[in-house]
Amino acid sequence: MVERKIVDPEYLLHKAPREKKFLIGNEAVAEAVRRANIDIVVAYPITPQSEATHIVGDLYAQGYIKDYYRGEDEFAVMSAIAGASMGGARTFTATSGPGTLRAFEMFPTWAGARLPVVCAFMCRGVNSPLSIQPDNIEIGWLMDTGMLIFHAEDPQDFFDMTLIAYLVAEQPDVHLPVGVCVDGFFVTHTREIVELPPENEIFPPYNPHLSPVPIMDMETPPIRQMRDPFVMKSNYISYNTHASWQQEVRAASIRARKHITRYLGSAVEVTYPEANILLIASGTAAAQARVAMEQARQEGVDVGLVKIKVLRPFPEAEIIELAQSPERIIVPEHNITGWLAREIKSRIKDSGKVEGGPRVFGGMTMPPKIIFDKIKQNGRMM
Amino acid sequence: MKFSIRMSGLGGQGMVTAANLLGSAAVKDGKYSIVIPFFGAEKRLAPTESYLRISDEAVYEKGEVTYPNIILIFHEEVITKGKSYTMPFYEGIERNGLVILNSRSDDLLAEDDLQQLIELNVQIRYIPATQLAIEIAGTELATNMVMLGALLGVLDIVTLESLEQAIAERFGKGKFIASATTAALDDVLKRKYAKAQELVEKNMQAIRAAYTSMKEAQLV
Repeated sequence: MVERKIVDPEYLLHKAPREKKFLIGNEAVAEAVRRANIDIVVAYPITPQSEATHIVGDLYAQGYIKDYYRGEDEFAVMSAIAGASMGGARTFTATSGPGTLRAFEMFPTWAGARLPVVCAFMCRGVNSPLSIQPDNIEIGWLMDTGMLIFHAEDPQDFFDMTLIAYLVAEQPDVHLPVGVCVDGFFVTHTREIVELPPENEIFPPYNPHLSPVPIMDMETPPIRQMRDPFVMKSNYISYNTHASWQQEVRAASIRARKHITRYLGSAVEVTYPEANILLIASGTAAAQARVAMEQARQEGVDVGLVKIKVLRPFPEAEIIELAQSPERIIVPEHNITGWLAREIKSRIKDSGKVEGGPRVFGGMTMPPKIIFDKIKQNGRMM
Repeated sequence: MKFSIRMSGLGGQGMVTAANLLGSAAVKDGKYSIVIPFFGAEKRLAPTESYLRISDEAVYEKGEVTYPNIILIFHEEVITKGKSYTMPFYEGIERNGLVILNSRSDDLLAEDDLQQLIELNVQIRYIPATQLAIEIAGTELATNMVMLGALLGVLDIVTLESLEQAIAERFGKGKFIASATTAALDDVLKRKYAKAQELVEKNMQAIRAAYTSMKEAQLV
């Protein structure tokens, strides 16, 4: 292991010199873990995630992480992560598709317990029939757990967003888990140029005493949290506390906005916002949409692109504002449910101008041409 | 110039490694590149493809190359038994594209397919890559190197120097090569280093042979 130097996180993210590497997404996220000064990683292998926590295991062997083990299954993993986080450790874990579903009970548990867990979701198809290929249907379900949700487009995003996730999650007025999502294979297994800061420069350690809820120790044993929950006392105060606590979790998510702006710049990235037709997409659908947009603009079609980087808290004000001027809005997605179109339609005044799709799912590629065709079709409708 | 390359073959033939090496070489040449493998949950000899985009400008497009201008076929069964993710194997190929086939014969294509490719003015090149790999590098595992050499013999996509550097990094195990100049190496490291060096050299021989063979064929 190289000798490590603790540096200011903002320096590491925005000012440290960066070197060009040619990495797959799974390597890029491990490079973020290397620099995040993590106490414990618990994981269970599942394609397309496995390689990432395998590489993270190598980092443990080299001394970059204090503890690391393979859990019995995803539910055990996410529960162990909850325990470690309650005890004041900075944690990392990752899973995919069916693993996400198996562990699902723990995600609202993390949020409710105000645990600043960072979990990478390498999205893939879910059963049945079984698929290991890219499909991000699980993000739609994760969005209502109380977690913050980032959606990375490429290995570079994956690296940056994972580090930023810790900074946002651990703010005392936030203290919520963050899911950093990527589309499996299209990011996890895709090799691209990634610019990395020096490998010996790392984040300061996590300070659990800044947590808004008490950490577990001998003074505050788990029994206080686990055996005396509100459910054991059936009365008005108990129910009211549970209700207001859920509101507080959502409020903490809203409070995360200013920190996201500070570290990530903006929750959205906009190209040609004044265009007649606006593409709104997240993840690799945004990459494909960018290619389609360039092609369409070369043919004289007035089209722009909004890439949504943060899904929770949803950039509501930005989307309402951006949705005002275009005549048509097209939302390409890598899932069958169309959760992003649903999010957008439910927020803007004239939802009729939103065309959900094209949608590609079950592991297939979204050729920019099908987005291009959709742009042309909408152009003719205007 | 933008190259969209699809490599199809059977798991174990090194399509993924070939694409990684070529992409890595392109980046060393100062270009942009995206490489993505595609395979199922099966084992060796199952259909496996890799996709590679190389351009002078930033590349964003992800996933399968649906409209390639270059197709490399590593195994005859991709065509004869449909072991690929697209059928026919040249589905989506662009006009004036290039197809390189690993085959000992040069009449692998059915008449219909040949006609289609001719209509699209696609250049079709054959190379007995597996045979050459065995003859030159002593193992059919070098089939992918021969295919890369053949491709560079037709189109100067990357420089041979950058490709050699990428191969040295991939097979030379990086750190072993870096420390080989120090006197403190123990025998194990030395043996590993010698083996890695030999591997790099054998691979480069296979690449150069295929490269030269394609260049010469062009002159005829």
